Amino acid sequence: MTENVDQGAHDERIKQTSKLRDWLIRPELGAACGTILVFVFFLMIARDTGMFAPDGIRNWMIVAAQFAIIATGACLLMIAGEFDLSIGSMIGFSGIVIAILSVQVGLPMWLAIIGAFVVAMAIGAFNGFLVIRTGLPSFIVTLASLYILRGLTIWLSILTTNRTIISGVGQAGEGDWLGIAFGGVAFQGLFQWFADVGILATYATGTRAGQPLVAGVPMMIIWAIVLIVFAHLLLTRTRFGNWIYAAGGNAQAARYAGVPVNRVKILMFMFTAFCATVFAAAQVMEFGSAAADRGMLKELEAIICVVIGGALLTGGYGSVVGAAMGALIFGIVQQGLYFAGAESSLFRVFLGVILLMGVILNTYIRQIITGEK
Amino acid sequence: MSEPIIELRGIEKHFGPVIALAGVSLGVHPGECHCLLGDNGAGKSTFIKVMSGVHQPTKGEIRFEGAPMRFGDPREAIAAGISTVYQDLAMIPLMSVARNFFMGNEPQKRVMGIPFFDHDHANRVTMQEMARLGIRLRGPDQAVGTLSGGERQTVAIARAAYFGAKVLILDEPTSALGVRQTSNVLATIDAVRKRGVAVVFITHNVRHAHAVGDRFTVLNRGKTLGTASRGEITPEQLQDMMAGGEELAELEGSLGGTV
Ligand SMILES: Nc1ncnc2c1ncn2[C@@H]1O[C@H](COP(=O)(O)OP(=O)(O)OP(=O)(O)O)[C@@H](O)[C@H]1O
Ligand SMILES: [Mg+2]
Repeated sequence: MTENVDQGAHDERIKQTSKLRDWLIRPELGAACGTILVFVFFLMIARDTGMFAPDGIRNWMIVAAQFAIIATGACLLMIAGEFDLSIGSMIGFSGIVIAILSVQVGLPMWLAIIGAFVVAMAIGAFNGFLVIRTGLPSFIVTLASLYILRGLTIWLSILTTNRTIISGVGQAGEGDWLGIAFGGVAFQGLFQWFADVGILATYATGTRAGQPLVAGVPMMIIWAIVLIVFAHLLLTRTRFGNWIYAAGGNAQAARYAGVPVNRVKILMFMFTAFCATVFAAAQVMEFGSAAADRGMLKELEAIICVVIGGALLTGGYGSVVGAAMGALIFGIVQQGLYFAGAESSLFRVFLGVILLMGVILNTYIRQIITGEK
Repeated sequence: MSEPIIELRGIEKHFGPVIALAGVSLGVHPGECHCLLGDNGAGKSTFIKVMSGVHQPTKGEIRFEGAPMRFGDPREAIAAGISTVYQDLAMIPLMSVARNFFMGNEPQKRVMGIPFFDHDHANRVTMQEMARLGIRLRGPDQAVGTLSGGERQTVAIARAAYFGAKVLILDEPTSALGVRQTSNVLATIDAVRKRGVAVVFITHNVRHAHAVGDRFTVLNRGKTLGTASRGEITPEQLQDMMAGGEELAELEGSLGGTV
């Protein structure tokens, strides 16, 4: 029964394809092209504006990092076959929870932040539980959460402070270790050294004279990188990653093969909530305040990043690296137009165009990979 | 004779008002190939899904290795050593062959204490097991969606045969296969059986059933028509029985009172 199949032999029914082509045809290709394109574009039109000076780079890197943090969660969730439209509301909610717990209740900042994570992930789990139990599309369930959470956030904020903005978070978090982990900067020593050896410009006057223009890498960026690396390894290199693909590709088939689909999906809803709270915590620590209207439309922007990154809206296919590139495109375009002095409304035009181009290209690439055509 | 490794008694399965199974009993011994036959809609797939943990029986008892057992989901059945090729194959078209092959049973290797998916092992085993069944893959990372129907079926069979430690259930595994691949699958069933695995084989093809079956159970409209051992029944009689039991009266004698 065993046949001797020489696996090294060339199969006459397969056309030889070049190594380069094989290497290029991957889900991230569309996003990679887009990234290069916007880079070249803004290098051409905005080079003299300071966009590519150290503080300019920091500026759009932070924006890209913000998108990347929520896109990472949305990406794994979408590959697992579900949506979360409540990401934006969750950002506002978590921020207000941190502010209320630290400023109003007076808890230490680290406890307030951990508290927000616990509450947010519990809500994420509940979203997932509802989706699994009712069998309703997550689109509908989380659309409900979008409104419920936003409403609750505003109500809670007004109930406790009579305002929709809670300030004083900066003072409350002064010197707190977890607060610094979200709002601080990393590699300060390295950047000071850069300044000392003259690679990095320094402030010439004022209280910060002699200090580098860019004090270090903002924690928002560190978080983005950590989350991207974690999610990428989880998805492509672990058993659980295979379960994520399987759950989104065909939940029934995955169940038959013994994949704990419900657990996978609920965990991904929780991970998305986690990412939204990372975003919220970093933003609250950076601004020193929380506002009930933060995070509006972020859910859609996260989904756009993910789709530009090559993921399939119906699940089972996608790439974290692609989503991260989608976020980078976002950051560059949004800040680049600002640097170039363009009308800010053009940002949306640009986005829509990129989204459309990205999706068309991605569909074509995916069909090559998966043989849909 | 040895004890049956898995035994189902008086299994009933209702889907709302539909009575898919109305009291079916069947036991499979280690090293035995038990063929399950019957018309379309007879309840064969529903029955094996009760064995594989997909459905929980409305009524009836399952005994596994001599003890009462209730599989809450397929994962529990797989953990107990029961693996299944479903009629719809349970494959994920967007995923690679190797990822499909090891879905739910991913091999792991530790790097700095962290368990990672052992892709090298998965790729090697997949290619090897597919070659064993006579299918030459372009590569283990080929998406299942790019395979032909029969190739896909072969992946499902190779997967189940590889992981079926104690019981292997095959729901019409040869329906889309070519001549050579079919004989490879029948040979695989034979080899797996000789390893002491209990095989449940659903087919509409009497010749296939007769080629490897040790016992034959015919289902009709959710009920067992009877069980016969090889040698007690000719392929022609089996054929008649599968047609729905019209010839049952004539057959009763040859069934040896097992009805
Ligand atoms: N989930 C379900 N809900 C309702 N009815 C069902 C369900 N699954 C199966 N049935 C019904 O149970 C009966 C038996 O179906 P089953 O799939 O077990 O047949 P089968 O013997 O495998 O047929 P085939 O040879 O065509 O594969 C059919 O009448 C079918 O309509
Ligand atoms: Mg069937």
